[in-house]
Amino acid sequence: MNYELVCGLETHVELATKTKIFCSCSTEFGGEPNTHCCPICIGLPGTLPKLNKAVVEYAVAAGLVTHCKISPVSKMDRKNYVYPDLPKAYQISQYDMPLCKNGWVELSNGRRIRLNRIHIEEDAGKLVHDRGNTYIDYNRGGVPLIEIVSEPDLRSIDEVQEYVETLQMILRYIGVSDCKMQEGSLRCDVNVSVRPEGQEAFGTRAEIKNMNSFTHMAKAIAYEFDRQTDLLMSGEEVVQETRRYDEGTGCTEGMRDKEDADDYRYFREPDLVTIRVTDEMRESIRAKMPEDPQKRLARFVADYGLPEADARQLIEHRRIADYFEAAAKGTKNSRTAANCILEQMFARFGSEAEKDRFEVAVSPAQLHDLILLLDAGKIRKNLIKSTLEKMLDSGKPASDFLSEKDLAGISAEDLRAVCRKAAEENAAAVADYRAGKKKALGAIVGAVMKATKGRANPQETQKILTELLKG
Amino acid sequence: MEQHGLIQKIGKLLRSGEISCTELTKQYLEAIRRENGRLNAYVKLTPETALQTAAEVDRKLAAKEELPPLAGIPMTLKDNFSTKGIETTCCSKILKGYVPIYDATVWSILKKQGTVLLGKTNMDEFAMGSSCETSCFGGAKNPHNTERVAGGSSGGAAAAVAGNLAVFGLGSDTGGSIRQPASFCGIVGLKPTYGAVSRFGLIAYASSFDQIGPLTQSVEDAALVYDAIAQHDPMDSTSSNRALPAFSSLGKEIRGLKIGIPKEYYDGVREDVKAALFGALKVYESLGAELVEFSMPSVKYSLPAYYILACAEASSNLGRYDGIRYGYRTEHYTDRNDMICKTRSEGFGAEVKRRILLGTYVLSAGYYDAYYKKAQNLRGTVVKAFEDAFAHCDVIAAPTVPTTAFPLNFTAQDAVETYLTDICTVPVNIAGLPGVSIPCGFGSDSMPVGLQLIGARFSEPTLLNAAFQYEQAARDDVFQAVETGVRL
Repeated sequence: MNYELVCGLETHVELATKTKIFCSCSTEFGGEPNTHCCPICIGLPGTLPKLNKAVVEYAVAAGLVTHCKISPVSKMDRKNYVYPDLPKAYQISQYDMPLCKNGWVELSNGRRIRLNRIHIEEDAGKLVHDRGNTYIDYNRGGVPLIEIVSEPDLRSIDEVQEYVETLQMILRYIGVSDCKMQEGSLRCDVNVSVRPEGQEAFGTRAEIKNMNSFTHMAKAIAYEFDRQTDLLMSGEEVVQETRRYDEGTGCTEGMRDKEDADDYRYFREPDLVTIRVTDEMRESIRAKMPEDPQKRLARFVADYGLPEADARQLIEHRRIADYFEAAAKGTKNSRTAANCILEQMFARFGSEAEKDRFEVAVSPAQLHDLILLLDAGKIRKNLIKSTLEKMLDSGKPASDFLSEKDLAGISAEDLRAVCRKAAEENAAAVADYRAGKKKALGAIVGAVMKATKGRANPQETQKILTELLKG
Repeated sequence: MEQHGLIQKIGKLLRSGEISCTELTKQYLEAIRRENGRLNAYVKLTPETALQTAAEVDRKLAAKEELPPLAGIPMTLKDNFSTKGIETTCCSKILKGYVPIYDATVWSILKKQGTVLLGKTNMDEFAMGSSCETSCFGGAKNPHNTERVAGGSSGGAAAAVAGNLAVFGLGSDTGGSIRQPASFCGIVGLKPTYGAVSRFGLIAYASSFDQIGPLTQSVEDAALVYDAIAQHDPMDSTSSNRALPAFSSLGKEIRGLKIGIPKEYYDGVREDVKAALFGALKVYESLGAELVEFSMPSVKYSLPAYYILACAEASSNLGRYDGIRYGYRTEHYTDRNDMICKTRSEGFGAEVKRRILLGTYVLSAGYYDAYYKKAQNLRGTVVKAFEDAFAHCDVIAAPTVPTTAFPLNFTAQDAVETYLTDICTVPVNIAGLPGVSIPCGFGSDSMPVGLQLIGARFSEPTLLNAAFQYEQAARDDVFQAVETGVRL
């Protein structure tokens, strides 16, 4: 019997607000342990949380871009559990009234992955183990998170990966998170179950906690698929449980401390008031949001003739997408503009962070002018690359590196003369052409190009030659 | 109009130079040294900061600076207020040695006014109790009779103020913790409307009930302190900007004031206590107020609802005391979980454990609907009943406690019976209303009896004026100053 994989994801995304969710401490990643802390985020007795309005706005933006309904009224709840990285012994989260509900994310195969909800909550601190001792760093405690809960709509590891990548792209794009898996600002819990192909009902699921890289996630799901299929094929049952992925062995294993996980004794957070998002607030957040990145992706493919993979790379960083569009708009050679960015400019960045910052010496307007020269046939493609390199090195406009002669091109009269000469020198080709071998024209055009060192416009040349050879 | 207030009296003495703030503060510190052993009102003294503040006030007085009304007034804070640099324990072993690094908002406000903090007062452990006897320092004694409890949980504050060891004390009231000890010690105790005073820095027992308020020897003083501390605080999301100043309302006639008398409140009240209460109601009639008897059957749901909801919140609020970051940590343990378990087992007293267990139980999966959710619905019913009542009357008059102060060690016997003594104070917390207890006479045991006045939300001006009018008419008969401590 063949089995089908069924996955649902809970994705935790750290919001890129400047300050924490309930106090004014910095959310910056890194920093000496326990330096981004205050009495509130370390839960000292008597402190009270104060909800950061920006967190609600960022989460609403995330909800809007994933087509969620935004709840006009929601509230915060306490999730009670004991762990040293949680200084109040409860996490302030949302239980039965999340901020956003019922959205979806579309995959490239056209399938819509439904989102059950997006809610806001605080992150916990971090335990650091060192030479037999355990230390606690509360810098991350109180950093705002959204948890995005999908329905069990994903059917393959590729779909899971694309779903997470899409979330990453759109959330980064609208600026609510940097979604860096390696820094933990995007983490996934994956619910995995299997069912015989064609069966409607879902199987029993296992939840794999805290996946923080695509490689591990793919391996963990593959392992879990095999494990569950094996169990079912040998007549055993899958147990509903939480499992941990072991990076060393590539296996998942059941987590024993289940009693903590079972009953969080949720109740309404009495220290915070009801969260209200009015229609005006929601619409003003929507108005400030950039174009839907998935729509922009489709537009880049349709309007600029880019291959989808190229368009995706540009859109991954909104700053780069904006740069591209400013440079390519109104040009004929927009693909060349994309290549200038994806090949030459990207090659100059050593790290993702540098790519993120996208600091280049050439302004979009300067690249635009360069592409216009190409459009006008004033320079050839091969000259683009070397000119752009010089521009990137110096920050000076293209005109600084192109000689008068380069830019002037060839006058119509001169070109006609060169063409006449080329026709005379290539009598054989002329004869072939006149005999009906249209392809022979190419050889004569090539000769013209050679004579003008590539400065002639090929279309123009062809036109003149066709005219000359008529008679 | 007779002036019973100490705050204005002291203000005049200070401004006229008849006494310096330093001299006054020394008198209080000396009296505390002499008598705290007997009353156990203070668990921590802060003489250095007190004298420092006093010297600062004296300097300003000498420079003829304009000073706020509470400047130079010697006062106390209950030991559940976070005070920077001053050990704060909630009278629990689990917080021994904990020195906060920030100030509660109310303390910041009072500090700015130049009030003189004499020390931190005794309380039931984490404010859980009605006698002050669950304190890890032992209970505070009643200045009227040291064989009796001062009440709780703000027993230390009540004993300090009634015993003339402070001009006023700030306490917290979750189910009666200001009003009940005020009643037992024969002084005034005000629990303001929920949201009128910032809770930031008040170490939480039950967050949706806790409210800070003053204990004083007169209504006038209560109004002055209330006016100073009832301010909106952006650090407390549940704090409101609707609080109105009360002091300026004192002295208005109450002819025609409708006083509601909910008969259920008087059921089971001891006869001698009832007699004192009825005496007070007669005074109100003589002042031209109209007594409106009515029934409030739902009030009986308040007590069970309170113990379920308050314990639920407490079980969560007290989860943070794990021995990891501050306070007490057990000495011997095998691993982290063992450390947390032992620390909590050794650090919390029996009453706190009982309430944590109860609260954990009612929030547990499978029991939530039967207890927590039902209690919340009942809370709504009680809120509604009060709204209906205030459609027909301006204030409600009720007993504060069905009895006078208990003998020492009385409450240790039966938890439920002790909980029942909160029956008249708890409804106010359930509904977030303001309530004030004022002395209204004595029981057959010569112990003070308190009359509780309850108002609609943010009606403190009306409420305190009603209390003030009674005080003007009857103070000499119902207030008996204790002969010890500082007499001004």
